[in-house]
Parts: sequence; C-alpha cells; structure tokens
Amino acid sequence: MNEAEKITAGEPASGGSHPSGAPLPCAHAPRRSFFFWFTALAGTVAGLLAGVPVVGYFVTPRKKRTDWVSLGPVKTFNEGETRLAMFDNPLGQPWDGMVAHTGVYVRREAGEEGEHKFLVFAINCAHLGCPVSWFPQSGLFMCPCHGGVYYADGSRASGPPPRGLFHCVWRTRDGNLEIQAPHYPTLQDTLTGDQDDTPAKT
Amino acid sequence: MIERLRAMVDWCDRRAGLSAVLLPMMRHPVPRGIAGPMGWWYVFGSASMTLLGLQIVTGIGLALVYVPAADQAYASLLWLDYQQPLGWFLRALHYYAGSGMVVMVLVHMTQVFLQGAYKYPRELTWIVGVVLLGCTLGMFFTGQVLRWDPDAYWGLAVGGSMAGRVPAMGPRVVGLLLGGPIIGGDSLSRFFALHVFVIPGVLLAALGLHLWLILQQGVSAPPKPGEPVDPETYDAAYHRELKASGVPFAGEAMLKDVVFSALVVVVVVAIAAIVGPKGPTGPPDPTLGGANPRPEWPFLWLFALLSLSPPAAETFIILVFPVILALLLLAVPLVSNRGERAPSRRPVAVLAVVTIYALLGALTYQGATSPWSPEMTAWSGDPVPVAMVKDRTPRELMGGVVFQNKNCRNCHALDGVGGHRGPDLTTVGTRLTPDQLIDQISNGTPGGGNMPAYGKEVNPAEMSALVDFLAHLRPAE
Repeated sequence: MNEAEKITAGEPASGGSHPSGAPLPCAHAPRRSFFFWFTALAGTVAGLLAGVPVVGYFVTPRKKRTDWVSLGPVKTFNEGETRLAMFDNPLGQPWDGMVAHTGVYVRREAGEEGEHKFLVFAINCAHLGCPVSWFPQSGLFMCPCHGGVYYADGSRASGPPPRGLFHCVWRTRDGNLEIQAPHYPTLQDTLTGDQDDTPAKT
Repeated sequence: MIERLRAMVDWCDRRAGLSAVLLPMMRHPVPRGIAGPMGWWYVFGSASMTLLGLQIVTGIGLALVYVPAADQAYASLLWLDYQQPLGWFLRALHYYAGSGMVVMVLVHMTQVFLQGAYKYPRELTWIVGVVLLGCTLGMFFTGQVLRWDPDAYWGLAVGGSMAGRVPAMGPRVVGLLLGGPIIGGDSLSRFFALHVFVIPGVLLAALGLHLWLILQQGVSAPPKPGEPVDPETYDAAYHRELKASGVPFAGEAMLKDVVFSALVVVVVVAIAAIVGPKGPTGPPDPTLGGANPRPEWPFLWLFALLSLSPPAAETFIILVFPVILALLLLAVPLVSNRGERAPSRRPVAVLAVVTIYALLGALTYQGATSPWSPEMTAWSGDPVPVAMVKDRTPRELMGGVVFQNKNCRNCHALDGVGGHRGPDLTTVGTRLTPDQLIDQISNGTPGGGNMPAYGKEVNPAEMSALVDFLAHLRPAE
C-alpha cells in the first residue's frame, strides 16, 4: 500500500513523501511531540509566573515593625495609680480613623532612686480580647465579657483567662514614657515575646 | 402590538434557545402528592432562594452608598439611615431578610431531614445544601462586621483571640483574619471582600449545583410509612410513579412556592418597616467604655456553650467542635441513605431534631441573657435594697457601703438586682458563718476559680464592717 494507506492502517509511515513531494506527518512525528511539550512548558511557565506572585500576595505576612509611641511625660503618671493612656497606634493604616485610637493601662510603681518603674498592660483581656476596666476602689481589672478579673499588677485573679494581662514593652526617653506600638496580642503572639509576662497563678 | 412583541420574543428565542431549556424545566413532572396539601412542606427551599434574591438586590443598593473604609463606614451608615431616601428601609430589610434567610434555610434543612428527602438518590443534594448553610451563616457573620460599630470591633477582637489559639499556626491565622497587625481598615476591607465577592461566589456556585441536582434527581414524593427507600428499586419505582401520575411542576406545586415566598417577603418587609435598621450602636471607637460584644443571634448558642464550659475545654470547643458538627452534618446521607423516610417510622431522627432544637433554644436564651458577664455599673448604679439597711447598726450600714464601693455588686446581686456572675447574696447570712465570710472574701475561690482574693484590698476595719453586713443578710422574719 502507499504511504497514505499505511497511515490509515495505523502503521508508522516510513517518512516517504506525498505525491506532491511534501513530507507526510506520522503518528510519532518529532515535530508534533515537540509542540505538545512546548505547549505544556509554556502553560506551566505562564501558570507559575502568574500564580506564584498572586498566591504570594494572599499569604505573605507583613514585615514586623517596631514603632515607639509616646504616652506623655512621666510626671503625668502618679505613683501607686493606674490609668488609661490613649494614643494613635502607628501600626494601623492612614485610613483607620478613630479605630487606631487605642489605650493601654499604665501603673506607676514606687521606683528606686532615679529609676522609673512602670507596668504597662494591653487593654485586651487574655481570655478572648474584650477590653478590661480598671476599678480603683477594689484595685482590680474586670472584663465585661466572661468575668475575668486581674489584680493591680496584671496577674490573673479569677475567671476564665488562662494568664495575666499582656505586658507592653516600655521605656522612658527625654522624660516621656514610651511603649512599643502594640499589635493585637494573642496567647501565642504576646507583646513581649513572653519574657516579662507573669504566668497564670493557679 | 402584541404581535410585534411576540415576534421580538420569538426572534430572540430562535437564537438563544432559552425556551427549549427553561420550559421543560418548569414543566418537569413532580409526584402528584406535591400538588396536594403535603406540597406545603416543600416551600421552604424556594423561600430561602427568594430571600437570597432580596439580599442581593438590597445588598447592591447598600453598596451604592456604603463606604467600606474604617474612617468613613460609620458616616456612610448614618447617611443611609437619615439622609438617603428609603436608605433606612434598605438597611432594615437587608438585616431582617438576612435573618429570615437563616431561619428558612434551617427550616428547610429540618424538613428535608425529617422527611428523609436526603436519602438515595439525593445524598449529594444534601451535601451541597450543608455547604449552602455554611455560606449563609458566613454571610451573616461577615455582614455584622461591616456595621463597623463597637460590637463589630470587639467581635473581631474575640475572633482574633480565638484564631490565635490554633496550634502553631495561630499568629498566621490571626494575620489572615485581621488583615494586619491590628484591627483596623485592613480588617474591614477584608471582610467586605469576603461578604461581597468571595462568599457570594461560593454560595451562588453551590446554589447552581443544588438546583441542577434537584432537576436531575427530581423532587421527592411525600414520604409514606411502610415504603422504605431501596437504592436497587427506587429509580424505577420513582419514574414509574412520575409517568403514571406525575404533574408538571409549573402548576399547583410552583404556586405553593410563590404563595409562601410572597408571605415570607411580606413578613420580612413588615418587620423591617416597623423595627427599622439594626445598629450601628455607635462609632467604632475602641476607647468607648462599656463594650460587651455579642455575636449575632444564630451564633448565640455557641457563645453560650463556650461561656458555660470549663476553661480547659475552651480551645476544643472553639476550634474542633464546629468542625465535628460540620462533618456530622455532611455525613448524614452517607450514614443513612436508605430505609424508612416517614418521620412516624423514624423515632431516632425525630428525637434528635427535638433534642437539638431544645438545646439550641436553651443555649440561645443563655447567650442572650449572658449571666456570666458582670454588670460593670452595678456598684454605683444599683442601690442596696431598703429592707437590707432598715434598722441596721452603724457598722452594718458601713459594711453595705464597703460592699458597694469594692465593686462587689458587679458580680453579686442583692434581691436579684446586680451582677449574676457570682451567687446572689440576699440570704448569704444563712449559708456562711462570719469566719467563712472572712475566708471567702480574703482568699477568693480556692485555686483561683471564680472569685478574686480581696485580702489586700480591704483593710481590717472595712472587713469587719463588711462581714457584719453580710452576716445579717437573712430572709425577713
């Protein structure tokens, strides 16, 4: 049989020529398989080029920033007293508005000569994040959500919280009390890397 | 004129071929029983879909004005409420149609379960339905965040703290949820994208699949006791029944759907018009005192379950329990896809439904009243009952003052008024001796359970006055 009949019969052609003289394609022609693999490669490359950055956009965490925020002059905090100090959190976006205006509880303890001693607590309860309220009459922080209670030094007094209040990293600079801008604190991502935090007293 | 219109419709239809597809769908045969009174059990799915349509339209309307930016969301909501003509109505309708949709979806699911319509060959329809339930609840949850009031803000805080408990991945999940290191504009944008693009996309795709499956498998006949589902013989029997006595869907059956959907829409519109829009409860100011975030009503039961459980079980209930529930729901048709369908022959199914709803109801009530939350203003706002200060010695009266001043009232009620975090102390004099009172107040609950230790906060004079006051709290002679 001629070449065309051979192809129809499923036999590999011997690479002979069409009556007009052009080479006939066959089932295992190198050009066809080349184009198949080229297409697969092009598709893979395109998919990766588009896919990797797009997926990266969704999952890449942001760089951690360390911003210091001033809470005001040290002398505005009285010894033996706890009060709320409010500030605009620089970790927010420019369009956050009043949502970035948060507070921390600052307690000034009696310090030694020339040294300031502060306890700075995040306002979020260590249980599930609701804002605790300071009651100076009884020296307790109380959480409205599930009744968690903390003592004046931030340690856990009673209720469902598994630990004491989250401590903020603070320093004094030029007579001002400054804190590291607090990200949202959770049990596995505290504000101090768990160096200074008091574990729950059971 | 009519001829012209008819010619135009024919022209489009000749090219689009829609009537060849849609008309058979509407005329597809359904079991005769549905044309009768039993057909009223079948209306809840289409009612859910009607409310979905209402939500999409009202949602688009709201999106024309609402600004999903942290510093402008509240202002845009106020504009909708007070300046935009009928904006208040759209806001109210969007909330109550949403609530109505959750109710309808749950009723639909319960009806399908009780009438065994999830059994062969409709198991996949049920599974897709569970996905739809999840999407509906997801829409409700993300919608609450968009109100961007203190409830939404602190609700996100609670959500973030829960996410933070995921082992190892906790901080990553928090970052995904909040969109950044703090609750702010990134969080709102994220939830807006979820509420408007992501979840509706999934929901509509799943809905399309759900409807396709219904058309494919046909609508189930009303269940009859003594006619169990047998996968070997069901298909032939179903098609025999349809051939012998099937009626077109576009008839009595569809009419019932339309009537009930209309009724539901009327109810939802009436509620929206009478009650008005829900929230926002105030500007999203984190420094506003008195925050006590509540989840929306479909989630109050989980909130109560969590609050009433011992702290050691919390992480399990937050992270694992909902997954188990979802898996159980998905597994229903895989566990029992054959057998009796009629509820009168399935006591376990009926009992399960009654028990689950009773539990959900009780937990929802607890979640709404939340007695585990202290009353933060009781110490200064709730006076000591007059009967407790009448004819008392000066020291006992002083004790009453100490009781209020040390904020005890925030957790302990007198005569039922005050906080309910701790026991009501109206008759505590009959339960604890003065020595026991001193011990309890000084040291709190042993092991740091429910009551803090006040030993350092109450000086000896205050302590003896306080104990005097409490020891004399007895039932009136």
